[in-house]
Amino acid sequence: MARISFHDLAHAYGPAPSSPEHWALKPMTMTLEDGGAYALLGPSGCGKTTLLNLTSGLLTPTKGRIEFDRVDVTHKTPEERNIAQVFQFPVIYDTMTVYDNLAFPLRNRGVDEATVATRVKGIAGMLDLSSTLQKRASGLTADGKQKISLGRGLVRSDVNVIMFDEPLTVIDPHLKWELRSKLKELHQRIRRTMIYVTHDQTEALTFADKVVVMNDGQVVQIGTPVELFERPRHTFVGHFIGSPGMNLINCDVRDGKAVIGGGEVATENAAKYKGGARTLQLGIRPEFVKFSSEGLPVEVTKVADAGRFNIVSVQAGNQPLKLLVPQGAAIPSGSAKVAFDPARARIYADGWLVGDDARGAAQ
Amino acid sequence: MKKTFDNKAWFLVLPVFLMVLFNSLIPLMTVVNYSVQETFGNNEFFWSGTRWFEQVLHDRQFHESLMRQIIFTGLVLLIQIPLGLAIALCMPRKGPWVSVCLVLIALPLLVPWNVVGSMWNIMALPDIGLLGKAINGLGISFNYTRQPLAAWFTVVLMDVWHWTSLVVLLCYAGLVSIPDAYYQAAQVDGASRWSVFRYIQLPKLKHVLTIAILLRFMDSFMIYTEVIVLTGGGPGSTTKFLSIDLVQKALGGFDLGPAAAFSIVYFLIILFLSWLFYTLMMRGEAK
Amino acid sequence: MSLELRNVTKRVGADTYIYETNLVLADGSLNVLLGPTLAGKTTLMQLMAGLEKPTTGEVWFRGKNVTGVPVQKRNVSMVYQQFINYPNFSVRENIAAPLRVARMNEAEIDRRVMQAAEILRLTPMLDRRPSQLSGGQQQRTAIARAIVKDSDIILFDEPLANLDYKLREELRDELPKLFAQRNCIVVYATTEPAEALLFGGNTATLHEGRITQFCPTARGYRRPKDIVSARVFSDPPINTHAAVKVNGELTLVDGPQWSLGDGARDVPDGNYTIAIRPHHVTMKPVAANSATIEGRVLITELSGSESVIHFKVGNETWVSQSHGIHPVEVGAQARLHVDTDQILYYGPSEELVG
Repeated sequence: MARISFHDLAHAYGPAPSSPEHWALKPMTMTLEDGGAYALLGPSGCGKTTLLNLTSGLLTPTKGRIEFDRVDVTHKTPEERNIAQVFQFPVIYDTMTVYDNLAFPLRNRGVDEATVATRVKGIAGMLDLSSTLQKRASGLTADGKQKISLGRGLVRSDVNVIMFDEPLTVIDPHLKWELRSKLKELHQRIRRTMIYVTHDQTEALTFADKVVVMNDGQVVQIGTPVELFERPRHTFVGHFIGSPGMNLINCDVRDGKAVIGGGEVATENAAKYKGGARTLQLGIRPEFVKFSSEGLPVEVTKVADAGRFNIVSVQAGNQPLKLLVPQGAAIPSGSAKVAFDPARARIYADGWLVGDDARGAAQ
Repeated sequence: MKKTFDNKAWFLVLPVFLMVLFNSLIPLMTVVNYSVQETFGNNEFFWSGTRWFEQVLHDRQFHESLMRQIIFTGLVLLIQIPLGLAIALCMPRKGPWVSVCLVLIALPLLVPWNVVGSMWNIMALPDIGLLGKAINGLGISFNYTRQPLAAWFTVVLMDVWHWTSLVVLLCYAGLVSIPDAYYQAAQVDGASRWSVFRYIQLPKLKHVLTIAILLRFMDSFMIYTEVIVLTGGGPGSTTKFLSIDLVQKALGGFDLGPAAAFSIVYFLIILFLSWLFYTLMMRGEAK
Repeated sequence: MSLELRNVTKRVGADTYIYETNLVLADGSLNVLLGPTLAGKTTLMQLMAGLEKPTTGEVWFRGKNVTGVPVQKRNVSMVYQQFINYPNFSVRENIAAPLRVARMNEAEIDRRVMQAAEILRLTPMLDRRPSQLSGGQQQRTAIARAIVKDSDIILFDEPLANLDYKLREELRDELPKLFAQRNCIVVYATTEPAEALLFGGNTATLHEGRITQFCPTARGYRRPKDIVSARVFSDPPINTHAAVKVNGELTLVDGPQWSLGDGARDVPDGNYTIAIRPHHVTMKPVAANSATIEGRVLITELSGSESVIHFKVGNETWVSQSHGIHPVEVGAQARLHVDTDQILYYGPSEELVG
């Protein structure tokens, strides 16, 4: 078990680049607390797998330091770091039985057979693999094989951190439910530091106590699932988390008030804007936009029945906007007006939340 | 679930059928035809039944060359497969050296067979050849035109030089197709270099090795040109392998009947041993 | 004028992929095949396309029996789950490929390619190769190729399954718009109820090689005619429980007793299996006729804007889905609110009663 900290860590594939956009992972400083469940969430190519491989030691950073419990491990091998990792595609040792597969990491470290037996049986029980222990691993289905990979990651009692690299990619959708919650349950039972990399918001928010949202090689927000939904610190977080994602409307701020198309709109943070931004946007989740007798004039363009609610698309001037309207509620056609919940409408300057003190920590 | 059945597809296989027919089946039938008849030329044939087969199977010369053939092929496989695998394991998997290594390794395969024979013929000459002279220089008496052991040593060495590359290339292709995740997982699991080989590389190379063994078995069992050029089957008949024996019978003796029977027996031995290898190595695979 | 499957079955060896099926798809209609993996969606599409011949039964198209007619002789386009493009062609040539096969003149090809590219927002990438595109752009190229010629039938086999969910969201939004003006039959296979709903049109729910229900999508979702159809058309899984209805009171086996108020008046008293969707079981009461249910929390899940709780009532596992992010401890006792007006009542042979 360990507290993991990154100090000014950055990585580029190839020589150290001169311009910032060529870093696969831009310089970042961050600490992951001991025993926490973390998720690295972001679209493909955002640098999350790079960060994972730097942590496990499969990659050596171009610059910066990694510490486990204040001990510098930057140049140590994965084995010396004493970590476990589960990969996207199941890795199993074809010629071994399920039991031998699970025992492999223990036996490699010279653990005595009696301990191996108890650990393997315990893990097999947690993952519902007990009945297949004596079978050849190569004969199992994809999700069975991935459970073996998970099991090999979890079997050692002394690892500093367990890492998962999109472990549910090859799992059938109806089995994902089960494995997703199984992992959460395992974390609560063994309370070891875990890092879970994924591009799927449900997997990330379900698994993690804290989610690290990444985009374009940098960390844009670290927060609990509630914070990410309620108070996105960056427009990317608002867009990426939630479906449909947060609405973003170009706006102006005059005298501490947001202005859209000539009309004033109440927001939570416009008063904190100090000027100087290239782009100014108002962010509001579709959940918090309502049809109302007064407010921003819009044209209703499309109503999509999503079962639980209707997703209504409207145009405010030339800017598209989405609303979530509960089933049964009236939806006007043609011209209408919408109002924003002032406590949830926020101004973003160049993508970043205006008046957000914690911004520095996330960068 | 996704199989489409359309019988028209058989037409596409027709050209191959025709080629196989003209290349293999018709010549083979001619051989079968010869093997059960007696001829003295002039296109006159007399039925002789299984006589030629009995003669071949009881022929002491045949027994001896078969024995030599088996020992030679066994030796060659025992050396080339592990050596080829070892070289493949040592080759770099990424970087600028990959193509350099591959070209160097592939070179022997580009040399025509008779040239290989004459190259080694000259190399191993005890008075002027690099190899022959070096060995004699070490104080070991070496003359492959006189000493059977030296002749065998040179023939096996030549074959290893010529064909190990094939095994290397096959194994290398198999090795690079193993996903990186396997090596990373093994690293994380704390596996030793030996464990990685034993539990990841070897199982993943199983199919490739099967193909390598089969190819090398069949080729070495039919070796002719290189040996004929190098030793001509000598000294005496100590390096006279099956194919040399066969050619001597067919061309030298004009015994077309026995030679035809010999060919068929030869063919059946290869067929049987190939099948045996294949089933042994694929055992436990079908499920 | 339509595509018809008449008593069609498909067997391969001892396995039956499609049990006897009758289906009529009207010209110009959007149709969704909804079902889990291996329900028979792909096989059904291959039968429609002519990639497979039915074991028994006939396929009719616009009044003609086309049962044995191979796919080349039918005017069909198909988009697959994998991104399938010609790797050595530019995006422009990829989209133009079916038109070149049809020997259309250059000017017309150009016009149509530009139009398809415009709709699918591929115009800036027309001269790139597929390998230089993102996954979403590759799939949009494949879709453009499918819509560029005037196909009679366009088949989509889980086209969004391999995309990141944000891209999926975008394309889901765009796809139905593409077909608004056309007279072709569109068939769209998916495993996800949400996708079927947003696609609209008609939905056939599939379960183990059988079509269990085929009707307008919204109706199929609101009034599934049997429990199997309800299960196929629900994610997270729909809650089911055995219950007894007497005089406006509903008693769940090993569970609570609810007063139904003025709802469900048309449903006669008796034994039922009730079904209710997870989003009608919420953490806060939202409806006029609301009742409570309690159970031990087994699993909690958070998606971007929703919280899902799995909890145990008697022998059944229930699922609740509420808007917003509300973390709940596993193992705690949860008290949730059920909108009793939304309960579906299924009789002894699992048919919808009310």
